[in-house]
Amino acid sequence: MNSVLKISELHVSVGETPILKGVNMEIRQGEIHALMGPNGSGKSTLAYALAGHPNYTVTEGSIEIDGVNVTEMEPNERARLGMFLAFQYPVVIPGVKVADFLRHAVTNVRNPDRKEGEGLIGMREFRKEIRERMTELGMDLEFARRYLNDGFSGGEKKRMEILQLAMLQPRFAILDETDSGLDSDAVRVVSEGLAKLAGPEMGVLIITHHERLLEFNPPQFTHVMLGGRIVETGDAALAHDLHANGYATVRARHPEADADNARVEAAAAV
Amino acid sequence: MPGWKLPPQFEDSREHRLQDQWFELRFKIKITGKAGFLWKRTMSTDAPVKTDVKSNVEFGSYKYGFHDSMDNYAFKSRKGLDAEIVRQISELKGEPEWMTDFRLESLAIFESRPMPSWGGDMSDLNFQDIFYYMKAANEQETSWDDVPEDIRRTYDRLGIPEAEKKYLSGVKAQYDSEVVYGSLQEDLSKQGVIFTDTDSALRDHPDLFREYFATIIPPGDNKFAALNSAVWSGGSFIYIPKGVKIEFPLQAYFRINSQNMGQFERTLIIVDEGAAVHYVEGCTAPTYSSNSLHSAVVEIVVKRGARCRYTTIQNWSSNVYNLVTKRAMAYGDSLMEWIDGNLGSKLTMKYPAIWLMEPGARGETLSIAFAGHGQHQDAGAKMVHCAPNTSSRIISKSISRTGGRSSYRGLVKIQKGATNCKSNVVCDALILDPASRSDTYPYIEVEEQEVSIEHEASVSKIGEEQLFYLMSRGLSEAEASAMIVTGFIEPLVKELPMEYAVEMNRLIELQMEGSVG
Repeated sequence: MNSVLKISELHVSVGETPILKGVNMEIRQGEIHALMGPNGSGKSTLAYALAGHPNYTVTEGSIEIDGVNVTEMEPNERARLGMFLAFQYPVVIPGVKVADFLRHAVTNVRNPDRKEGEGLIGMREFRKEIRERMTELGMDLEFARRYLNDGFSGGEKKRMEILQLAMLQPRFAILDETDSGLDSDAVRVVSEGLAKLAGPEMGVLIITHHERLLEFNPPQFTHVMLGGRIVETGDAALAHDLHANGYATVRARHPEADADNARVEAAAAV
Repeated sequence: MPGWKLPPQFEDSREHRLQDQWFELRFKIKITGKAGFLWKRTMSTDAPVKTDVKSNVEFGSYKYGFHDSMDNYAFKSRKGLDAEIVRQISELKGEPEWMTDFRLESLAIFESRPMPSWGGDMSDLNFQDIFYYMKAANEQETSWDDVPEDIRRTYDRLGIPEAEKKYLSGVKAQYDSEVVYGSLQEDLSKQGVIFTDTDSALRDHPDLFREYFATIIPPGDNKFAALNSAVWSGGSFIYIPKGVKIEFPLQAYFRINSQNMGQFERTLIIVDEGAAVHYVEGCTAPTYSSNSLHSAVVEIVVKRGARCRYTTIQNWSSNVYNLVTKRAMAYGDSLMEWIDGNLGSKLTMKYPAIWLMEPGARGETLSIAFAGHGQHQDAGAKMVHCAPNTSSRIISKSISRTGGRSSYRGLVKIQKGATNCKSNVVCDALILDPASRSDTYPYIEVEEQEVSIEHEASVSKIGEEQLFYLMSRGLSEAEASAMIVTGFIEPLVKELPMEYAVEMNRLIELQMEGSVG
């Protein structure tokens, strides 16, 4: 079955401030979507809202996976339904080893009906698998014994996100500026890693300012976000055009959304 | 001056601090060299915390809530404390006259001292409502098979035999007031190591015993040291001869097992020049409804070039007053380490101390406290620098939840003449819900110049971003909380012998998960 992630008329507020103002999008397994837009347009807000961050309140609209409304679900319930967010700023968890964390996560995601306290997946099979994935991503096996993101460089953190993506094999992966803050080698590693992982079983939403990630993972759809809504949708050529020429023409075509965007940007600057 | 290198367990502790918090307080004091400087500071932090966390995890709930019947005690003193009881204890043990006198003098000191007005609330502690001596079996046992059935059953539930087979080198399992089971590997005794219960040591090694007993912590040190000196029973006595290094930890399990029964064990460890030992004790206690008192004294001498590590994991039931005096004297170029984990109890007041007596001595304390509902952990450490070129380090971590209160109370003292000393104190507190509390009371007294003292403290909530990150990977809120807490105490757990580490992590998991269902 071809799964689908359906976002309908999504309105999201952070505190009292509305950020998303009616986002519509459909992502099918096997598709790659690019989401672009200037600062303050709401790209990361969409990512967090999809993953279920408690500070991002859905005020209208819905998020559905195969017709199941997940809008009110906890983040872990969404993860068990196949949602994955690669964080722009991965969080440090001191004292928790990567391997221990991932074994727990993989167990839960693969056995959605698991009760707390029930056994984890076998150590031997897990070790074998994580070693293979790490080798494929060119990661030092020592990473598995380090504390999660603790003392990691920017590139190491992003690679750790890709490792989690590889282990959890979600149906829908949202990559929130996974290529930001990386040198070109690291961007290449992450891009190639994603290219290996994305396939007919995975729907991907790539949020990016840059083009490199999209070179390795050419999108079928490019969405432009401005002022909390999707103002244009095209193909890979649109992404290329935006990189080359910036957002000036898009802003000019959508003055009302542009004004909204400017307000959010101004508020963020204070 | 030889370079001061941190042992590995402390190297990356700064990185362990939780990094994204709703609330964080951190202060840093650095003192460098002011002649005749005397300074004290008290600080209290009641952390404001957000209220929308649904953290209903269960800490301090008591797992080992079983107990054996009370019928099989060979002897039980009447309740209460007076000279007659003290004489009776001494007589029953067949002690020499000097010990009887010592006990009676200690009782007089105990009675003359007021209750401490600081620390925790002891208003419903009634010294006359406690049994001060009980004996579970008449004979000292040497083999597991000889241990009475119901006592063995209790240890079975605590996993002692397996633990012994696999890890233990010598078990001193204290059952109520008296050691009933003990074994010691032969090669240890061949090396001249003495590992016995303290009562036997008084009988079998009287000269060595008397040379050190109560020299580190005299009865007049504090009210509870005086109480212990008057009614002490059981505990471990360890002597490691010059140059002997014990590769594996020596361990003792003990527990309180009768209502209103005080436990007053007395431990004395002498590590002779160039020797090394790691001693481990762990306690679990059944749950009872009325108050129970545990007041131990631990004295340690670490001679020149020797090393001693003393690891404690205590998990008292939530009606126990745990009032313990622990002190080590560390001589030239020696290393003393306290590793101290406090779970449970109604009130714990415990500040393991290290007196750095000669140049090159080092002291380290790593402590973790959990305070659950109705519990107050008032714990910390004391470092007294009596000689130049000595160094100390204190790392204290506390977790408060469901209305529990944890306090760090610590002293760093640099005495006159103790130049070129270094001390570093790090306190991290984790508060899991708005009803819980954490305080920090660091005392610093410096009477010398050219010293370096650092103090850092942080208070954190379980980070919302941390919870979200872990939950977005499929972990439930309880699982994510347990994982964050487990990570928080990892610096201590990784220093524990394996079965303690396993038990510690299991306790946390059970307590965090148990609340959900």
